[in-house]
Amino acid sequence: MFKGRDVLSILDFTREELEELFSETDRMLSDPARYRGELSGYILATAFFEPSTRTRLSFQTAMLRLGGSYIDLGELERSSVAKGENFADTIRMLDSYADVIVVRHRLEGAARYAAEIAEAPVVNAGDGRKHHPTQAMLDLYTVRSAKGRIDGLTYGVLGDLRFGRAAASFILALSVYRPRKVYLISPQLLRARQEVLEALERAGVSYEEVSDLDSVLPELDVLYVTRIQKERFPDPAEYEKVRGSYVVTARALATAKEDLIVMHPLPRVDEIAPDVDSTKRAYYFKQAELGVWVRMALLRLILKG
Amino acid sequence: MEDRLIVRKIKDGTVIDHIPAGRALDVLKILGISGKEGMTVALVMNVESRKLGRKDIVKIENRFLKPEEVDKIALIAPTATINIVRDYEVVEKRRVVVPDEIVGILKCVNPLCISNSPREPVVPRIAVVSRQPLKLRCTYCDEEFGEEALSQLVSQ
Repeated sequence: MFKGRDVLSILDFTREELEELFSETDRMLSDPARYRGELSGYILATAFFEPSTRTRLSFQTAMLRLGGSYIDLGELERSSVAKGENFADTIRMLDSYADVIVVRHRLEGAARYAAEIAEAPVVNAGDGRKHHPTQAMLDLYTVRSAKGRIDGLTYGVLGDLRFGRAAASFILALSVYRPRKVYLISPQLLRARQEVLEALERAGVSYEEVSDLDSVLPELDVLYVTRIQKERFPDPAEYEKVRGSYVVTARALATAKEDLIVMHPLPRVDEIAPDVDSTKRAYYFKQAELGVWVRMALLRLILKG
Repeated sequence: MEDRLIVRKIKDGTVIDHIPAGRALDVLKILGISGKEGMTVALVMNVESRKLGRKDIVKIENRFLKPEEVDKIALIAPTATINIVRDYEVVEKRRVVVPDEIVGILKCVNPLCISNSPREPVVPRIAVVSRQPLKLRCTYCDEEFGEEALSQLVSQ
């Protein structure tokens, strides 16, 4: 089901496949010692053509915890890319060195293109505004871990739904499940793209686009907050219009359900106030921690089946 | 047929019939025919058609189409039929077919798509999601778009 497989979009995976991934993650979490050394002899390549800390380190940590090794393209200014090598050649080179290649790129479709070139499986670690499938996998797993289920819950996805790939991928991921309702909360300028809405419609998921968090907050079981993606705005003046549109504070969450969880793909800037961190609602650091386990499970399934 | 009353038969060449009304000039552009090439070209626009209501017809003497030209015509004139004429007789008649995938003909409309990166040896691949209305999806970046992309074909 997973062996040798590329991971390009969350929509490439069925619900059954995601359940298999989550069960594998459960097994690893319950008996980590059993998996130590599991990927000994395997090499993962991280090829990040765009700044990243968390995702890159998360994949590298996942590989190291399973006894494998990693190679990293490093800072672009110090790599062959700075000498003018194109993406296709860089991928060809990494393909001959590594057993699995993790790619991040500012251009959309880069991971799919890399998968066409490389024989080794390619994992998309984010391409432009579009996909970040492993983030969506770990987001679903976090919900399942906190709530015991993914179906039947009411979700609010807040922030930059237009340019943010983590938000888009999470919404697409929800279309694989049966949420009770999904509220898409954003300024008009940052509404979700048509293809994302169509995925919800095709799946028959009930959703509503709103601008105001307060009016829907009491209904939510999960609040997924995202950063407004300054770097993806074609026009800086447009960014200035929407920056700081939402700031989630502990006080603002007073009207929420007792067991609401707040998630965020991180890094955050100012959209979640630090006073939320110490509340039991704060799930974003747990989310990042679980992300390593989900990626461990994914790498094991891809490399060993 | 009505057009025969307007334009005489050609001896050898291609007749592109059932072009949606108003698209004949686009068909000529796709074929790179400006009129200065020296070949005889007949253009009939907005004639009555039982099938289409109104249609355009293009007749080109001593010119036959390459498969990629037929694919391009299929995109902007999906109702077109192509008749090959030899010695005043139609020896072959085919309908154009919009392919399931368009390879190397149309560019993705998304400027952030890897397939638009000038430094990469990537051939654009566009899947046809629906034929009527035309809905296309880039195989690389998943961007969806419609007929607006076809203006590329006639501006090339």
